[in-house]
Amino acid sequence: MATAVMTSLDTKSRAASRGMSDIRIRNLFIIPTILFLIVFNIFPLIYSLGYSFTDFRASSNAPANFVGLQNYRELLNDPFIWSNFAITAKYVIVSVTGQVIVGFGTAMLLNRDIPLKGLLTTLLLLPMMLSMAVVGLFWKLLYDPSFGIINYSLGLGSFEWLSNPDMALYAVAITDIWMWSPFVMLLSLAGLSAVPKHLYEAAAIDRAGPFYTFFRITLPLVAPILMIAIIFRTMEAFKTFDLAYILTSQPTTEVISIRLYKMAFQEWQTGRSCALAYIVLIMVLAITNIYVKYLNKVKER
Amino acid sequence: MAAVQTRSERALNRVAIVAVLVITLIFLAPIYWITSTAFKPRNLATTIPPTVLFEPEISPFVKLFTKRSQLREAPSPEEYAAAPWWERMVFDGGEKIVRSGRGEIQPSGYPNRFMNSLIVAITSTVLAVGMGTFTAYGFSRFSVKGEADLLFFILSTRMLPPVVVAIPMFLMYRAVGLNDTHWGLIILYTAFNLSFSVWLMKGFIDEIPKEYEEAALVDGYTRMQAFFKIVIPEAATGIAATAVFCFITAWNEYAFALIMTNRRAQTAPPFIPSQVGSGLPDWTVIAAGTFLFLLPVAIFTFLLRNHLLRGMSFGAIRK
Repeated sequence: MATAVMTSLDTKSRAASRGMSDIRIRNLFIIPTILFLIVFNIFPLIYSLGYSFTDFRASSNAPANFVGLQNYRELLNDPFIWSNFAITAKYVIVSVTGQVIVGFGTAMLLNRDIPLKGLLTTLLLLPMMLSMAVVGLFWKLLYDPSFGIINYSLGLGSFEWLSNPDMALYAVAITDIWMWSPFVMLLSLAGLSAVPKHLYEAAAIDRAGPFYTFFRITLPLVAPILMIAIIFRTMEAFKTFDLAYILTSQPTTEVISIRLYKMAFQEWQTGRSCALAYIVLIMVLAITNIYVKYLNKVKER
Repeated sequence: MAAVQTRSERALNRVAIVAVLVITLIFLAPIYWITSTAFKPRNLATTIPPTVLFEPEISPFVKLFTKRSQLREAPSPEEYAAAPWWERMVFDGGEKIVRSGRGEIQPSGYPNRFMNSLIVAITSTVLAVGMGTFTAYGFSRFSVKGEADLLFFILSTRMLPPVVVAIPMFLMYRAVGLNDTHWGLIILYTAFNLSFSVWLMKGFIDEIPKEYEEAALVDGYTRMQAFFKIVIPEAATGIAATAVFCFITAWNEYAFALIMTNRRAQTAPPFIPSQVGSGLPDWTVIAAGTFLFLLPVAIFTFLLRNHLLRGMSFGAIRK
């Protein structure tokens, strides 16, 4: 049966003539996955692209009217949407910077002769494996102004974290830093342990100071892997939803995913939310593209 | 090398050890706190100052699994004496377990949500890892036209923000009746994990020498037999690691579950936070639910410790 569709690729392979041809196996293995992803990821996106040009509301039976680019025009001229993007940007900067400082710092400390290093590293990695939603929930208990252990251990009295509009976004970022610094640490450790020892020995012979060694040897060699961590975390922080949604309901923490969720599933402005989803999607794809370029670069080394 | 350590270097090392210990303790403190709250009597959960030393009890877990109501009046001594030990704990906390007319104990919403989480996470993991392994083999061993673009396409589906995908999926599911069903979530999680599984498995399969299969083909195996009898056993560790990663992702997922389910198929992540609700929440019960939910992930993290780097970097960085 297979011989009928055999092509030049495997005419040389006698084995192929016994079972299915390699090309058939390749297609059988790859095509279902591609189809599955097209049906459940790409098709919905095409569907919502259509809706983004309408005034459709999923809560009513009224038919969708074509409104052209009106949704996009209104969204891009809406100062409130821009403020959601500004909040998201602030959140990304605070939380990714925090993660890099804590994560890279911890990796520098761990990259020495430390007893029980394996165990300590595994323990440190635990937070990033947990559910964001559930982490958000139990940090609510930790942040509680009256009986929370954060205020108690820092001696802050009854300081408001989550119901204080100026503090809430930082509180969410701190939780995110707790969760994801281990990720930056993990990647930094891989980068640090790959720096050839002889470079440090040469630097020591040349009596190079610790600053010189750090900025001229360590940092340049760890930079590519650190960049991967930074881009990946930027992408994830940009999409953040669970943590901020569960921890607080302050307007100052309304990142773009939360705005999108409310627009789509609370205000039921379906058409408009599809347009906003597209704006967000284009931004995410741009960051993804940069990320994949870096991944391939590091892989080639 | 390490042999010629100066005194200042040794001192520096000691500082580093202390610093690492302190950092580890700070990182573990939140997890310790939620765990200890899960074993506290209710009146010690929200004290000022916080209670660190206490006699652990399991009443939060009894309450977690049962439907309860406030006690209007203390139970009669006979009723109290007739009750099993775990029911007495609930009485001691000023509540009673709700029973049906025939005296059967009514469960809370938790066990059902926990089961939903298990069903959805396990099924979607099996599907994603199964399909992902085949596809990864296809990409690893055969030449595919536009391979880099296809792999980028596969990866980019993983990067889509859940809320963006959820809007059209919600409308489509509503049209075909998949809202609030296990299959609805299973499909979404399979799609979400499939790209990850392809990327990770491709890394693992790339490492298996082609010569193994070629030798088998010469020995008279078909390509399929070689795949199942040679490649799959060689890739077993990789398959296990990928499965654990997919399971954890599906187990932890919140946004899709929040949007697509509300009652019948609801998983634990949207359910547990909804218990806080209004009024004074019983933090010991919430902590108990959280503890049970986080426990499998904590165990898996230990089993997976040597593959974490690889998994978190989509197979880009290997140890």
